[in-house]
Amino acid sequence: MPKLTIDGREIEVAAGLTVMQACDQIGIELPRFCYHERLSISGNCRMCLVEMERAPRAIAACAMPVGDGMVIHTNTEKVKNMRRAVLEFLLINHPLDCPVCDQGGECDLQDITVNYGMDRGRFREKKRAVREKNYGPLIKPTMTRCIHCTRCIRFCREVAGVPELGGIGRGERMEVGTYVEKVLSSELSGNIIDLCPVGALTSRPYSFAARPWELKKTESVDVMDAVGSNIRVDSRGPAVMRVLPRINEDINEEWISDKTRFAYDGLKRQRLDTPYVRKNGKLTPATWDEALAAVAKGLKGLKAGEIAAIAGDMADGESMTALKDLLDSPNIDCRQDGAALDGSRRVGYIFNTTIAGIEQAGACLLIGTNPRLEAPIINARIRKRSRKGGFAIASVGPDVDLTYKYKHLGNDTNVLNEIASGSHLFAEALKKAVRPMLIVGMGALTRPDGGAVLSAARKIAEDCGMIRDNGGWNGFNILHTAAARVGGLDLGFLPGKGGLDAAGIIDGAANGVVKAVYLLGADEIDMSRLGDAFVIYQGHHGDAGASRADVILPGAAYTEKNATYVNTEGRVQRTSLAVFPPGEAREDWKIIRALSEVLGKTLPFDTLSQVRERMAEVNPVFAALNETKPAAWGAFGGDGKLDAAPFVSPIVNFYMTDPISRASATMAACTDVFAASKRGKTGTDG
Amino acid sequence: MLKDKDRIFTNIYGFEDIGLTGARSRGTWDGTREIMAKGRDWMVNEVKVSGLRGRGGAGFSTGMKWSFMPKEIGERPHYLVINADESEPGTCKDREILRHEPHKLVEGALLAAFAMGAHVAYIYVRGEFCREAEVLQRAIDEAREAGLIGNNACGSGWDFELHIHRGMGAYVCGEEGALLQSLEGKKGQPRMKPPFPANVGVYGCPTTVNNVESIAVTPDIMRRGAAWFAALGRPNNTGIKLFCISGHVNNPCTVEEEMSIPLKELIERHCGGVRGGWNNLMAVIPGGSSTPNITKEVCDTVLMDFDSLKEAKTGLGTAAVIVMDKSTDICRVIARLSKFYAHESCGQCTPCREGTGWMARMMARIAVGNAAIDEIDLLEKVSRQIEGHTICALGDASAWPIQGLIRNFRPEIEKRIKEYQAAQAVQAA
Repeated sequence: MPKLTIDGREIEVAAGLTVMQACDQIGIELPRFCYHERLSISGNCRMCLVEMERAPRAIAACAMPVGDGMVIHTNTEKVKNMRRAVLEFLLINHPLDCPVCDQGGECDLQDITVNYGMDRGRFREKKRAVREKNYGPLIKPTMTRCIHCTRCIRFCREVAGVPELGGIGRGERMEVGTYVEKVLSSELSGNIIDLCPVGALTSRPYSFAARPWELKKTESVDVMDAVGSNIRVDSRGPAVMRVLPRINEDINEEWISDKTRFAYDGLKRQRLDTPYVRKNGKLTPATWDEALAAVAKGLKGLKAGEIAAIAGDMADGESMTALKDLLDSPNIDCRQDGAALDGSRRVGYIFNTTIAGIEQAGACLLIGTNPRLEAPIINARIRKRSRKGGFAIASVGPDVDLTYKYKHLGNDTNVLNEIASGSHLFAEALKKAVRPMLIVGMGALTRPDGGAVLSAARKIAEDCGMIRDNGGWNGFNILHTAAARVGGLDLGFLPGKGGLDAAGIIDGAANGVVKAVYLLGADEIDMSRLGDAFVIYQGHHGDAGASRADVILPGAAYTEKNATYVNTEGRVQRTSLAVFPPGEAREDWKIIRALSEVLGKTLPFDTLSQVRERMAEVNPVFAALNETKPAAWGAFGGDGKLDAAPFVSPIVNFYMTDPISRASATMAACTDVFAASKRGKTGTDG
Repeated sequence: MLKDKDRIFTNIYGFEDIGLTGARSRGTWDGTREIMAKGRDWMVNEVKVSGLRGRGGAGFSTGMKWSFMPKEIGERPHYLVINADESEPGTCKDREILRHEPHKLVEGALLAAFAMGAHVAYIYVRGEFCREAEVLQRAIDEAREAGLIGNNACGSGWDFELHIHRGMGAYVCGEEGALLQSLEGKKGQPRMKPPFPANVGVYGCPTTVNNVESIAVTPDIMRRGAAWFAALGRPNNTGIKLFCISGHVNNPCTVEEEMSIPLKELIERHCGGVRGGWNNLMAVIPGGSSTPNITKEVCDTVLMDFDSLKEAKTGLGTAAVIVMDKSTDICRVIARLSKFYAHESCGQCTPCREGTGWMARMMARIAVGNAAIDEIDLLEKVSRQIEGHTICALGDASAWPIQGLIRNFRPEIEKRIKEYQAAQAVQAA
């Protein structure tokens, strides 16, 4: 361990650290623009220059590895002058349009200039300006403000895996751009807005909308996919103004996907803000009393077996608990897409390796999944692991660009059979790997032979040594696409004995066996087949379910309630209320609690904590927040033969997968730009 | 004065055959195999003892640089990269070697590569050197045909390949980090150090980057002995050097001379003196455009070597002497150089990217006098803010000419500004 002296303090730090990291350790913060701990070091902003004794030149602390006997000075007059100099240089070609810049108030250049800069400028020449660029509907570039720190370039190249940004031109004329004018084709592109230390890259939907100091910041969890990215919801009054990532090393590090970041404008459109009751074939606004009475009327006299419920992809744990307790029917299901997951063994339906655990893996097999669209954050983790080398990745499924190199073994269940029987070459690679893992996507499980695929995956996991070290390493992973799914499985929101599953419920409704269907935010089923059934829709958006419903009970979206979700790893997390639900809409569990009273079967909880106690009673995993527990291995999966049909990812259009993103104008613009360009490329559409 | 018997570049003017036969008749490729038989350590040591300092401008000991390479070849192969991206204004020595003495370079490349355990060497040739690259390629082809390079080079058992890589004409690609980036097909921007190329160089492998002239003189050092080389010049400034004299001399030329030759002697003997006589001399830029100029008083006595010029607050650089007589508009000269550096700044790090443009603009105004007197101090301060704060030496290179100008010709600048202001006042009235 090298010993060095920083500002007269002798410290011992781990070898391989940089001087800046050593300074951080003892609480000396050096100003910086280009350095970012998750990106490679470029050392080009020169803001962190410090003095090192016996060195002929000033050194960039971010790039200089610590050495034994180094003597560093960070607060001498010389260092202060260097900082002033660098800031002066940065500002000479910076427009100083802070009053109209969206970065104002959270701008590194502002902050650092106030702390370290000069109080006046000496530059009397003309400033540089850069022609306006177009980066698509999400990112608003004002490259005149760019200070060329190249964080965005490095992010795109290293983390996102789409080397589309680069520096063009030399010297003063250097511009960061996309070589040929085009939009960024990454599902993670929004992160460069956070990375940009100045206002060169800002959010287009958020432009000129608010100032950071007027926003209320609420720490929450994302539900746009099953990753459960940690987010911060910034709101002003009744409106969510923007969504930003929160650092969580176990899940999303500090990135979020573009859907997570930009779909929030969907929270303001197509909202169900008052109860509706269908009268004479038309949905008419009603009061809560009328609506609940209508539900009671619709359910009156029906036997338990004639009532069914389907929970949607954004249903929270509390409401599913309440609904299950209330209906007491065997016909309930949380798998509206028909995924062949059984709830009997937790190990068979969660991402056992954990997201952070991917970095320890030695080989990876993807089965029927396109993680780039299904979970961009997890895809970025796989890419991160892949960049370190020594990580064989192969995929049985759609042949798509995952941003890293992988071997496409074919989109054929025969390949899966071969790997399962050990005759395939990649089975050898998996067996030889230190810690192999596999990821099964929903595209593989929502097929008629989903159970057989699950069994095959289990066999591969067992045969290839993915379950080892006495439970210390579990390489079997299910990649969910629905935020509510694992929670629903954990709570047993599944068909009871002799009960119908989602497909059965729909069939039953079509042929009249099922007389009433309770849709808890379920929109992804074929509504036209619900026949004459009495449909209750509880949810927050006027999507497919609401238009078919006989009674609509307006619920709260994820930013409007304190609710529990379990991510694909089986990690229990909670959203927080950032804004109140619009109009008459209410938190979902409260609606069911109110309904229970009207139905005369009052549920035994009055407060949120009582619901949560009940959840923990149903499944103890809900007692522990924000952690993952290894699940015990065992038998799961179904029988039958594998189908020959190729795997298809459940997500065709990444930008529109749920009622919120479907209502979002930003996501519609993205669909227009990205899906349209893809159509043009393949020529197979329509 | 350098004796004919001590010359290394005996065909620097191309009067004789450039090809392999001619080169052999001048002693190139003589006993190469025997030199290699003496072993790597001997070779590195010989260059070290000779006191050869890098001819690319920085003047770092070549032998020392070679010794930084890993002793054993590990998993990563070693590379030798030869910097033939000669773009410093005023410099034209490597060009002459490429044109007329290519075999010296090819032989030097083999010996240097062997000494460092490299099987492959790249020569990064400046984009504008079109014909020079062709000549060099011919020499490489000849040498390969004759079995001098390629598999079992010179019968030594060492496999050696030499490749030419053509640059695209960026000045900054002469900086070793930028050169390696460019060689790898990336944007030519200098790299951070550490890691140094000897550890992480081209394609992430141990690499040594040497100037053409440094490499071209090594075969003769090994053949004739380090002592011979070290006896020329002054201690710490040994050997011979190619000087390129341009500007206001009667006979501009590139000439091989002993190190530490007095500047005056160099100009008088080889260039036919300054135009209009020595007393008509105003200033000299002694080492290529980036070195600060020196006035006649300094030129009277200064020796052309690293230490002597350093004492005179300038540098030997590439030994490209730019002579300016009293008809020269020194402000315009420096303004033009500033424009050059602003144009060639790669744009990577802040002080150089922003500062060179600022200085160039100020210099352009100062050249016509359109400035305030206190802007001279500002210009000086800006140049100090750039110097030493950048990733590579281009920042320093852009600052030095301006510092030299202000140090030596401040009254000239002030006079110009006052004249301009007076003219403006007359116009206004």
